[in-house]
Amino acid sequence: MTKVHVTTTINGDPTEFLCEPDETLLDVLRDRLGMTGSKEGCGTGDCGACSVTLNGRLVCSCLVLGAEAEGQEIGTIEGMAQGENLHVLQKKFIEHAALQCGICTPGLLVAAKSLLEKNPDPTEEETRYWLAGNLCRCTGYDKIIRAVMDAAKEMREAA
Amino acid sequence: MSVAKPLPHDAAALHVTGAARYVDDVPCPTGTLHLAFGLSDTARGTITKMDLHAVRTAPDVVAVLTADDLEFDADTSPSNRDEPLLSTGEVHFAGQPLFLVIAKSHLAARKAATKAKVTIDAQTPILTIDEALAENSRFEDGPRIYEKGNAEDALTQAPNRLQGQLTLGGQEHFYLEGQAAMAWPQESGDMHVFSSTQHPTEIQHKVAHAIGKPMHAVRVETRRMGGGFGGKESQGNALAIACAVAARATGKPCKMLYDRDDDMVITGKRHDFRIDYDVGFDDQGRIHAVSFKQYTRCGWSMDLSLPVADRAMLHADNAYDIGHMRIESHRLKTNICSATAFRGFGGPQGMVGIERVMDHVAHALGKDPAEVRQTNYYPSAKSVAAGKIPGTTPYGMEVTDFELHEMTDALLAKANYAQRRAAIADWNAQNPVLKKGIAFSPVKFGISFTLTHLNQAGALVHVYQDGSVHLNHGGTEMGQGLFQKVAQVAASRFGIPLDMVKITATDTGKVPNTSATAASSGSDLNGMAVKAACDTIRDRMADHLAMQHQTTPDKVIFKDGQVQIGDHVISFADAAQSAWMARVSLSATGFYKTPKLKWDRIRGTGRPFFYFAYGAAITEVVIDTLTGENRILRTDIIHDAGASLNPAIDIGQVEGAYVQGAGWLTTEELVWDDAGRLRTHAPSTYKIPACSDRPDIFNVELWDIENREDTIYRSKAVGEPPFMLGISAWLALSDAVSSCGPAYPALNAPATAEEIWRAARKVTQDV
Repeated sequence: MTKVHVTTTINGDPTEFLCEPDETLLDVLRDRLGMTGSKEGCGTGDCGACSVTLNGRLVCSCLVLGAEAEGQEIGTIEGMAQGENLHVLQKKFIEHAALQCGICTPGLLVAAKSLLEKNPDPTEEETRYWLAGNLCRCTGYDKIIRAVMDAAKEMREAA
Repeated sequence: MSVAKPLPHDAAALHVTGAARYVDDVPCPTGTLHLAFGLSDTARGTITKMDLHAVRTAPDVVAVLTADDLEFDADTSPSNRDEPLLSTGEVHFAGQPLFLVIAKSHLAARKAATKAKVTIDAQTPILTIDEALAENSRFEDGPRIYEKGNAEDALTQAPNRLQGQLTLGGQEHFYLEGQAAMAWPQESGDMHVFSSTQHPTEIQHKVAHAIGKPMHAVRVETRRMGGGFGGKESQGNALAIACAVAARATGKPCKMLYDRDDDMVITGKRHDFRIDYDVGFDDQGRIHAVSFKQYTRCGWSMDLSLPVADRAMLHADNAYDIGHMRIESHRLKTNICSATAFRGFGGPQGMVGIERVMDHVAHALGKDPAEVRQTNYYPSAKSVAAGKIPGTTPYGMEVTDFELHEMTDALLAKANYAQRRAAIADWNAQNPVLKKGIAFSPVKFGISFTLTHLNQAGALVHVYQDGSVHLNHGGTEMGQGLFQKVAQVAASRFGIPLDMVKITATDTGKVPNTSATAASSGSDLNGMAVKAACDTIRDRMADHLAMQHQTTPDKVIFKDGQVQIGDHVISFADAAQSAWMARVSLSATGFYKTPKLKWDRIRGTGRPFFYFAYGAAITEVVIDTLTGENRILRTDIIHDAGASLNPAIDIGQVEGAYVQGAGWLTTEELVWDDAGRLRTHAPSTYKIPACSDRPDIFNVELWDIENREDTIYRSKAVGEPPFMLGISAWLALSDAVSSCGPAYPALNAPATAEEIWRAARKVTQDV
């Protein structure tokens, strides 16, 4: 198959790549661009481990084709911290011990950031249901919710 | 001291930035090939023809291997040499690997693997417990039996007696990182393997066999897993062996990842059980005798089924001192994937059996189930210390550290159990459709591998001349925070800040002959081994510094990153530099073996466990009796982690384990069709708890008391025991159903919405 030439923006950086027409954005990120922060948990859009944003919209990158990134803005976990400075959500995940094996963590952070961009003051229930598409097998979710609620509060106070 | 502090997971900063590397994230060397298995679609039969032409000629395929191409013993079994990597002609389950595709990409290998034309002369598979019993299809000659007293006579003589049966489903691990391995061929045919495994030594051992080399030619490295839960104790063997065999055949690095659906179809799961019970009791709810028959489907191969079934027997008493007990265990061989280790390792299944009995007896007597449980508890550690004769388990081990009397009192008070139970009864009387339920359940879990020789661990510690420390041990990190806990031990021994300790990947080239990181034993075993290694180096440094400063080694104190030698104070770095200049060895190994163990698994007598870990939970639920839909409303837990090495990590373990345990008994349903094919092989059809399923109110506390046995800083193992706190969620659902009518719900597990609806109808109609 002829490869597709894609010009896109990832975490604010102009990026170009070649990919197969049927190659997922997740595979492009991981295998072609070396951005392995997005994880494959199921490959069918059910677990959220590959969560990224596409023009600000939360998507499973395993369900998006690399070619669909043409001209779009992609946001991944690698773009969340500003250099050494962690995003508030990242700090709160560490502070609240909201992670164990860590493999769902990037997807959860991307999803939580997307929530707070849309709704800076979510209720606990809204947060729980927003994050229900991101599976975690280790933590039981309690500390994750606490971390997100705490981060939202801090971000509101700083705003 | 670093121990006992709630420090974050050692890799937390890497996790939140996506920089933590799992096997699939390790950059592949140029030319790396990718593997996929071709799978059987038939549960039982003989291969009559395997046409692989279309596979071999598919795009980007480099080679295809069958059993005939395997030169050495490519067996994947951890126990019995009954699991050939690729079928040798017989097919034992739908999903069994038949051939191995080696291709230039993961996708090419997977696509090609579907193109084979395999003809199988199918036989009728043995799928159910009844089918296996009818054919006497089992591991071991007959059932294993442990007995205390004379259950048969005591049952006859008891004032009351009842019988029942319960089915308990299995459980998919659903580690979010699927199975993964990579093998990189080295000079002289040596092999360097990266594996997502809880048991690097086992991978080393099995890979060595498969490539016809001694173990010294194989080095296995595991930095971290994206979850294990027992599912990576033996189930990673096939991938690592496949990679090594393919790497040997092609001379190229080879990598294998299971796609999620393949992972769920191929790999083993928690053992499902049927438990028949017969119980004799008095009017106060005191149990005189219980007889259990435990039946479990082990699947097609032995794997770890014998010790799993043993542990189910060893937890059939849970927290209860019962005079007469008989446990009969049937390990059945069936044509499904081979059931394997899963958090609790059979213990949860055994425990659910006796908790059902307690619930059933309480229902029959119209008593509060919590009260019936307390009535039957083992004597407390305090009373035993004051001279009371301790209770004895059905396998003859004295229970001398029983904490549950005090923990239960504390939890019932803290959670307002009595008031809430009364309020729920009122609520149920007024609400015909939605019904609430509440339940208390305790956990007593035995800590140690029941295969006694596995209770050993090694460590390797280096202190460099700048005072930084390199730490290695045989345990593996799967998210449970073991590496951080063990690093806290090392930092405490040297009196240095944690950031001076480098945590390194588990590596069979550094610490040999390790046991699996399993049975909750990781920090108990490896913490002690690391302590021994650190103390060896510290003592050498103290001897040297004492001599240098004309004092005695006991006057050398390692604290706050400094070393105090009499009146002198120098930095730890200067102390290390000084020792190096004086030609003192700053590298040491450490070793530990758990004391006091003596166990005969055939007779079922002895002391298989060093100690017990305890926990107690209360769960409140609501069900919709018209649909079976249900929610956990509130959970309160008190859990015993001894003197916790790291309260933040331990509470995380308790919360995660509870939710996973509740998932097992509620939403997680494995369905095989009549042909033996697993129909629930993705998260779309297999429902693990999500964020929205977490209890609305979730209160978790640690029971702050030192381990009575001499463990690392008097802590207790915490990986598995809290899993069984989830039993309270299932019992609460049963309690809610029981409010629908007078009959006993006899709820099976998992208590899915369908099961709850069915039970509620039954209870109502039995009026």
